[in-house]
Amino acid sequence: MKPPPFSYHDPRTVADAIGLLGKLENAKLLAGGQSLMPMLNMRYVLPDHVIVLNRIEGLSYIRETGGAIEIGAMTRQRELEFSDLIRSKLPLMQEAIFQIGHRQTRNRGTIGGSLAHLDPAAELVTLGAAFDATVVVTGANGTREIAFADFPVAYMTPAIEPSEILTAVRFTPWPAGHGFAFVEFSRRHGDFAITSAAVLLTADGAGKITRASVTIGGAAATPVRAREVEKALTGQTPTPELMREACESCRAIEAIEDIHAPASYRQHLAAVLSRRALEKAVTRIGQPVPAKLH
Amino acid sequence: MTELKRTVTLTVNGKRYSAEAEVRLTLADFIRHTLGLTGTHLGCEHGVCGACTILLDGQSARSCLMLAVQADGHEILTVEGIAPNDKELHPLQEAFRDNHGLQCGFCTPGMLTTLLEFLRDNPNPTEKEVRIAISGNLCRCTGYQGIVNAALDAAKRLQGAGA
Repeated sequence: MKPPPFSYHDPRTVADAIGLLGKLENAKLLAGGQSLMPMLNMRYVLPDHVIVLNRIEGLSYIRETGGAIEIGAMTRQRELEFSDLIRSKLPLMQEAIFQIGHRQTRNRGTIGGSLAHLDPAAELVTLGAAFDATVVVTGANGTREIAFADFPVAYMTPAIEPSEILTAVRFTPWPAGHGFAFVEFSRRHGDFAITSAAVLLTADGAGKITRASVTIGGAAATPVRAREVEKALTGQTPTPELMREACESCRAIEAIEDIHAPASYRQHLAAVLSRRALEKAVTRIGQPVPAKLH
Repeated sequence: MTELKRTVTLTVNGKRYSAEAEVRLTLADFIRHTLGLTGTHLGCEHGVCGACTILLDGQSARSCLMLAVQADGHEILTVEGIAPNDKELHPLQEAFRDNHGLQCGFCTPGMLTTLLEFLRDNPNPTEKEVRIAISGNLCRCTGYQGIVNAALDAAKRLQGAGA
């Protein structure tokens, strides 16, 4: 359980890091280390070079920009967990963050690292899909933006070129008073979610749903937007019967199977958790964000 | 830039250390083998058991999930640095002793460092909050009830001390 030998690089600027990535063969980027370090310890990865991003200034920030919240790639999960701006503008994110691992891992783990690692069970990856986030990557030719729908190419494979670095991600907040809920199932608090559901809702004065975002994480190779549920709810009054019936469509998800659960169990959870998340989100429509989300 | 060894200079429990480390060496192994501070324990070495938890600039972190070179210039607290001196225990340690918060003691360094940060940020926690706080620390004696009791007792003692 010791990392294999590698050369270590700790550039001070993004440009230097990109230069190293372009020059070095078989290099890996190390952000918060909460995924790559276990993989190194277990020798699942054998890089010749490790490029550490922790000494680069200016990659850790949370700021409002043009109606969106932009988060620097090296922002620790802990900073999102305790940010007032995130709580008021992206309360769904704060509810989800608390369910990521443990305090010890959130203190180190970064948003950029989680998105680039792209574990389908990762809460932040599920949020990217839920919010239709915009991922900003930087390469030798400057920066480009990737819509989250185009970001996962395959299981744990993001649309980042080998010589590019994920530098920021932008989330567009939903209007004040929107409903939200992040619900996940795992055997113990902090374990990887076997399946999760993220819901965002807005309603009109009569209580009819005007916009819905329903995302299932952990069930398939990448997070899945439950478009059928979104369509079934939009324009309707969210009665318990409607929510239960609509969420049944989640059983058709092309689920993955592993040591934790068979595909059929994940499909069942997708239907159950999306319903629970919807029910919780509906009760929050028109309400102020709770002072404590966990 | 591509050397396999580097000099790491850091502060551990208020004392400054400077030592050479292979760049692939984890902070946990550096603390135990290079600095000889074996109070920090290593269970799983892949970030699951929490035994190696230390405070890095006051925040809990798993020292098996960091490289020693990354800690260069930082301040670390290990279990050896929790007690105020050689004669007295910290109120958290006293609470562990009085509530049977440890049996074999293997998980204790990680439990103490984790709870030190937790009680600092949340001085008056509920039992559920304590259980979540230590959810990343495995006790193979399964002595969780004593640990939870100790944490709740320590919260009272620390508040009393602060008042």
